[in-house]
Amino acid sequence: MRLKLISMVVAFAFVAACETAPEQSAASSGTGASTSSTSSTTTSSSTTSSATVAPQPQGPQAGSQEDLVVNVGDRVFFGFDKYNLTGEARSVLEKQAAWLKRYPSVTVMIEGHADERGTREYNLGLGDRRANSVKDYLVALGISPGRIKTISYGKERPVALGSNEQAWAQNRRGVTTVTRAAGS
Amino acid sequence: MAAALLMVLAVAWPARAELKIDITRGTVEPMPIAITDFYGERLEEGQFGIDIATVVSNDLERSGLFKPIDSRAFIQTGESLNSLPRFGDWRVINAQALVQGRTQTMPDGRLKVEFRLWDVFAEQQMVGLAYFTVPKNWRRVAHIIADAIYKRITGEDGYFDTRIVYIAESGKQDRRIKRLAIMDQDGEGHRFLTDGSSLVLTPRFSPTQQEITYLSYHGNLPRVYIFHIDSGRQEVLGEFPGMTYAPRFSPDGKTVIMSAAKDGNSEIYTMDLGTRALKKLTNHSAIDTSPSFSPNGERVVFNSDRGGTQQLYIMDADGNGVTRISHGQGRYATPVWSPRGDLIAFTKMYRGQFYIGVMRTDGSGERLLAEDFLVEAPTWAPNGRVLMFFRKEPTKKDGSGGRSRLFSVDLTGQNEREVITPIDASDPAWSPLIP
Repeated sequence: MRLKLISMVVAFAFVAACETAPEQSAASSGTGASTSSTSSTTTSSSTTSSATVAPQPQGPQAGSQEDLVVNVGDRVFFGFDKYNLTGEARSVLEKQAAWLKRYPSVTVMIEGHADERGTREYNLGLGDRRANSVKDYLVALGISPGRIKTISYGKERPVALGSNEQAWAQNRRGVTTVTRAAGS
Repeated sequence: MAAALLMVLAVAWPARAELKIDITRGTVEPMPIAITDFYGERLEEGQFGIDIATVVSNDLERSGLFKPIDSRAFIQTGESLNSLPRFGDWRVINAQALVQGRTQTMPDGRLKVEFRLWDVFAEQQMVGLAYFTVPKNWRRVAHIIADAIYKRITGEDGYFDTRIVYIAESGKQDRRIKRLAIMDQDGEGHRFLTDGSSLVLTPRFSPTQQEITYLSYHGNLPRVYIFHIDSGRQEVLGEFPGMTYAPRFSPDGKTVIMSAAKDGNSEIYTMDLGTRALKKLTNHSAIDTSPSFSPNGERVVFNSDRGGTQQLYIMDADGNGVTRISHGQGRYATPVWSPRGDLIAFTKMYRGQFYIGVMRTDGSGERLLAEDFLVEAPTWAPNGRVLMFFRKEPTKKDGSGGRSRLFSVDLTGQNEREVITPIDASDPAWSPLIP
C-alpha cells in the first residue's frame, strides 16, 4: 500500500515536470522537477507519510513503476497522426525491454494516447495503434506478449494541459504502466 | 407514457396555400406569430395554459422560422378568443398566424389540451387538435403542438418532441469526469444516467427502442454497451479481444454497427441484437471507424485513413463496393447519414481549424455550417433540417478554459443557437420523434 502511494506521488511529479519542462526557464526553478528533484520529492514524502517506519533505502523499489519512470523512462512520443516509432522512442523501448528482462515477473499495460487535434473515434483507433506499436517492438525485443496488455484512451487523458504544440507533442504518447511490480 | 397521451380530435379545414414557410431557402424572414396563453377556466387549468403556450412559443422561436409576438401587444385575450378570433385585432399587430387553445381538467383527472392555428389574413383555421394526457405530461403535449404547427406551416415534420443524449463533463481537463446525460430537446427534464465512475463516450439513440448505445471504460475495458433508459440497466455488447467503439444503431434498430480493434487494427462489424451474430464488413490495415447507416439500411458511410489521411467512404451494407466520397482539402471524419438520405454530415479538419459540414452522398456540394478551434460530432434532428454538434474552447496552460458546449444550426448554416446544459457537454445525439 505504501509503495503504491509512493509510485503515485512520483507519477504526479513526472507529470508536473512534463507540463513545465519545455519553457518557462525563469518560472520553473521552483516547480520544474528534474529527475533528481523528482526522487528527492519521493524520499521526503515517503518519510513524512510513514514517520514511525524505519527509513527505506534511497531510490525507487527495484522493478516498480517508480523504478521504470526514474531509471528507464516510461513513455515514448509520436508525430502528429503517426504511430511509427522514432529512433528516440526505440531507444527508450530497448531500455524498457532490458528492464523487463531483468524483472521477469513484471507485467505491464501500454496506454496509447492522442492529442486533441483529431476527432474522438478516430483518435481511439490511433491510440490503439500506438499502444500496439509499443507492444510489438517490446515483443520483437523478446518480451513475452503475455506480459503486455494495451489500452487506448484516444484524446481523453491528456497529460499536458494547454492547447499548444508543446502540450500536443507530450500528449501523443505511449505510456508503459506496471500492472504487477517485481516481488509483489 | 405514450399510452397516456391520446389524440382524439383532428379538425383541419383544407386551407389555402398562402401561409407557408419555405425552409429550403437560405435565409428566411421569421414569420410573426401570436401564441396566446391557452384559456383555462380554473386557476390551475389557466396555469397549464400559460406554461404550454410558453413552451410552444420557445420551441417555435428557437427554430428561427417564427417570431413570436410579445404578448403585451395582444388586444384580444382570455375567454373571448375561444369563440372566434377578432382577426382585425391580430392584423393590427401584424400577426400572420395565431395560436389559441384551451386546457381543461377532466373528471378522471386527465388534462385535455386543445389548440387551433389560424391564418390571420385568410381568416381560416389551418389546424385544430385536442389531446388528453396525465397532467404531468403537459410539456410533451406542448412539444407535440409545436410540431403540429411547424408541420402545418413548413410542410416538414417537426423535431420538438425529441430528446438529446450527450456526455456531461466536469473536472480538470486531464482527469475529466464524463457521464451519460439525457434531456428534452429544449434542455428541460435533464438527468444523469451514469455516475461518472467510468469514462463514457459517444452515446447514440436507438431509432425504435428506449435504448442508447455508447462506449464505456467500465473495469478499464473500453467496450460498446447498451443502456436501457427505462430500467437503467447497462449491458455489454458481445465479447471481443480488444476495444469496441464508435457504435450506432441500424435504422430498424435491430443491429449495432461499430469498430472493433485487434492488435492495433480497427475494423467495422455489425452485431445482430437478436441473434448476437457478428459480421465483419471491412478488411483493411487502416483505421476503419465511425460507421453510419443510410436510412434505408442498404449502405454505410464510414471514416478510414486507408488513403493516407482520414477520409469518408461509402460501402454496401455487406461491406462490398467501398468508394471514397470526400475529395476536398483537409481531413474528414465523423460522417452521419441524414435521416432524409440525401446528405452526409461530417467534421472536417483543415489548416488547424475544425468545421461542421454537409455533402451529398456522392461527395459533391460540400457546405460548411460551423467553424472553430474545435467543433465535432454532428447529429441530425429527425427531420434532417437541423444539426447539433459540440464546440470546445482552447485550454490554457494553467488548465483553465477548455469549455465544451452544445450548439444547433440549421442545414442552411443559419440560426446557430447554444443548447444550454447544466455543466459542460459533448457528443450530442438527437433522438427520433418520441413514439
